[in-house]
Amino acid sequence: MTMRRLTTCSLLYGASVLLAASAVLAQEHGYTPADIENGSRLYQSSCAGCHGPTGDMVPGIDLMRGQFRRGSTDTEIIRIIQTGIPGTTMPPSSFSDTQAGTIVAYLRSLAPASGRAGAGGDVPRSDIVKGKALFDGKADCAACHRVNGNGPRVAPDLSDIGAIRQAKELHEKLLDPNALVRPGNLFLEAVTKNGETITGRVLNQDTFSIQLLDSHERLRSLSRSALRDYRFVKSSPMPSYRDKLSAEEMNDLVAYLVSLKGLRP
Amino acid sequence: MYSPPFSPLARVCCGRVNRGLAILGDTLFMGTIDGHLIAIDAKNGKPIWDVALSKPELGYSLTMAPLIVKDKVIMGPAGGEYGIRGFIAAFDAKTGREAWRFNTVPAPGDPGHETWPASSNAWEHGGGSIWVTGSYDPELNLMYFGTGNPGPDWNADPRPGDNLYTDSVVALNPDTGRLAWHYQFTPHDEFDYDSTQVPVLADLAWQGRTRKVMLWANRNGFWYVLDRSNGQFLQGKPFVRVNWAEGIDEKGKPKRVLNASPEGTLVYPNNQGATNWYSPSYSPRTGLFYIPSWMDTYSTYTKGPVEYKEGNQYVGRFPTMTVPALRTGPGAINTRTPQEGWGAIQAFDPKTAELKWQFKMTDVTDSGVLTTASDLVFAGGREGHFFALDARTGAQLWTGSVGGQVSAGPMSYAVAGRQYVAIAAGSALFVYALRQ
Ligand code: HEC
Ligand code: HEC
Repeated sequence: MTMRRLTTCSLLYGASVLLAASAVLAQEHGYTPADIENGSRLYQSSCAGCHGPTGDMVPGIDLMRGQFRRGSTDTEIIRIIQTGIPGTTMPPSSFSDTQAGTIVAYLRSLAPASGRAGAGGDVPRSDIVKGKALFDGKADCAACHRVNGNGPRVAPDLSDIGAIRQAKELHEKLLDPNALVRPGNLFLEAVTKNGETITGRVLNQDTFSIQLLDSHERLRSLSRSALRDYRFVKSSPMPSYRDKLSAEEMNDLVAYLVSLKGLRP
Repeated sequence: MYSPPFSPLARVCCGRVNRGLAILGDTLFMGTIDGHLIAIDAKNGKPIWDVALSKPELGYSLTMAPLIVKDKVIMGPAGGEYGIRGFIAAFDAKTGREAWRFNTVPAPGDPGHETWPASSNAWEHGGGSIWVTGSYDPELNLMYFGTGNPGPDWNADPRPGDNLYTDSVVALNPDTGRLAWHYQFTPHDEFDYDSTQVPVLADLAWQGRTRKVMLWANRNGFWYVLDRSNGQFLQGKPFVRVNWAEGIDEKGKPKRVLNASPEGTLVYPNNQGATNWYSPSYSPRTGLFYIPSWMDTYSTYTKGPVEYKEGNQYVGRFPTMTVPALRTGPGAINTRTPQEGWGAIQAFDPKTAELKWQFKMTDVTDSGVLTTASDLVFAGGREGHFFALDARTGAQLWTGSVGGQVSAGPMSYAVAGRQYVAIAAGSALFVYALRQ
């Protein structure tokens, strides 16, 4: 049989269609970095008001230490998030098991034993307004990054960077951009069979094609079969600010980034 | 249309799944998420009988398609994340009366119980779920079921020992439920390596004589050849990157080198495994075994506190991983590097253990594979493609866009001499045929 002669007919798959082999969902266990980021967003929007951005604002409670007074297992903490604590101001919520689970995963990811930069500790006194001025002016971050709908798209949108990154991580990023480039922010260099080299931020990829945003903010969809070579670029296109900003400027800039908690437009 | 009532008490770790129905004569059989096995008149959709297998509020749910052997309906519960004690049970197809029950976690006094602590009731919450339908060999009159992870999943402290018959294949006599043999793939599991795969039965020329074997690609990263008449271990080889064991010894025991730890242990393959419920395939024409594989995936397992409470998850700390367990919504975007996991269909020769070819996919796959007598391999994946490969070389022959994730196995059937290939993708069913 030659495959070119296949024809398709697509039926809507209603409740009465029986499909022995269809397994729609499977065991769903474990948290990805994206889940932890989502947990971080949920925490910053629903919990930080009382518990504070670093989890220690309710007296006697520190949510980011990896230990809780009222429970120890993930399941118990998920239940607390869902049902609240009767007789206290800790409110119930309508988060699903999965959503509450991502919050727990986020809190756990910050525990000292996790090896990730802890949230607590000293965030030095600093100035958000000065930080924003640096971002748009002297440091020229705005030349690459977009915030709240303004700026280019060649680099990641930072509108909610404060909801998903810790101050310490942001400091490190500015000093050494190559140290941690997250998968969703990677650049790819592709060479077509015609010899054209295309570099851009990877938006998506599958077995047959790759979608990039190139340096002119053009969306490029490349067929893998048309490429001679492609590779992920390990280093970051972002410059290091190690010797370009004073310690105080760095703190102001980080304070500004931490203040960015809005949802992406 | 028949829609069974649904108890709000049901607890399911991983979505409201139903893996299908069984049919015998004019009667359909269906398991429900709240633990009922129901016989339905196929002609008018009216229920004939309805038995409750277990308590939904304790986390028992039925997700597998029932298996019919002779006059019996075979069923077992999912729920290993809620501290259930798994079993396989047979019901009379006419009346629904329970004929026998085999517990996948033996009670004190039963053989295998010595692999559980004597000093506690850990066995009562020992898991060993039945997620996926087994296979039946009428000649040997044996049926084979894979069993799920021990409970709790990720902290094994409450259950020192091998924890039989979790993460195993059990061969049962369908008339009596008696255990003929068992083989345990992952003793004392801490990584959620359920043996929820479809046992593939093949007759192979093995070292000079024809042997009735079972081919099994396991979630733990190894693929196995077992003699299915007696359970003898013949071969076990990794088919993906594996670091929790340094191979399998001659007796069939993995040479374990890693355990979960309070600081976190990085383990290949990841928690979703090297493969899972998606059907592999064996072609007697090519003599090759085709495995949908998750390549280079890893998880970090951190041992956390765990305590059994009725109806609550009984798991320990959830591991982290780079690949989402399921690809939905915003997760449909894939920007991961190959170091964080990719997918493949791999073709192995069971006789030589040699990898014959590998079809690489950028994302991991939850699609089953189908081989045909015309030497084609059909499969899909998370990326919304459905495709056909040359079963001998792996060369891609045809690709169609189905616009949604394929998490099902393709099937082929003929009506009036015309052959069809069907696949469910997203929430649509696609059927292909050759143009006439
Ligand atoms: C209106 C204020 C408020 C909000 C909003 C709030 N909490 Fe609380 N939470 C509290 C208070 C007060 C306590 C302490 C209760 C007590 O034990 O007296 C608490 C306790 C807790 C505890 C128990 C801590 C321990 O050590 O046992 C957890 C866990 C927790 N909160 C998580 C959350 C999460 C996650 C959110 C967001 C989804 C959240 N809280 C939102 C006020 C709040
Ligand atoms: C030349 C363009 C460019 C400039 C200028 C630039 N960046 Fe970046 N930045 C990038 C790119 C591209 C990435 C994505 C790759 C990476 O993570 O390194 C990035 C990543 C980041 C990230 C990490 C985002 C995440 O989700 O992890 C932060 C934070 C960041 N930049 C902040 C800044 C700040 C603050 C400035 C100014 C001091 C700045 N950048 C200047 C291009 C730039």
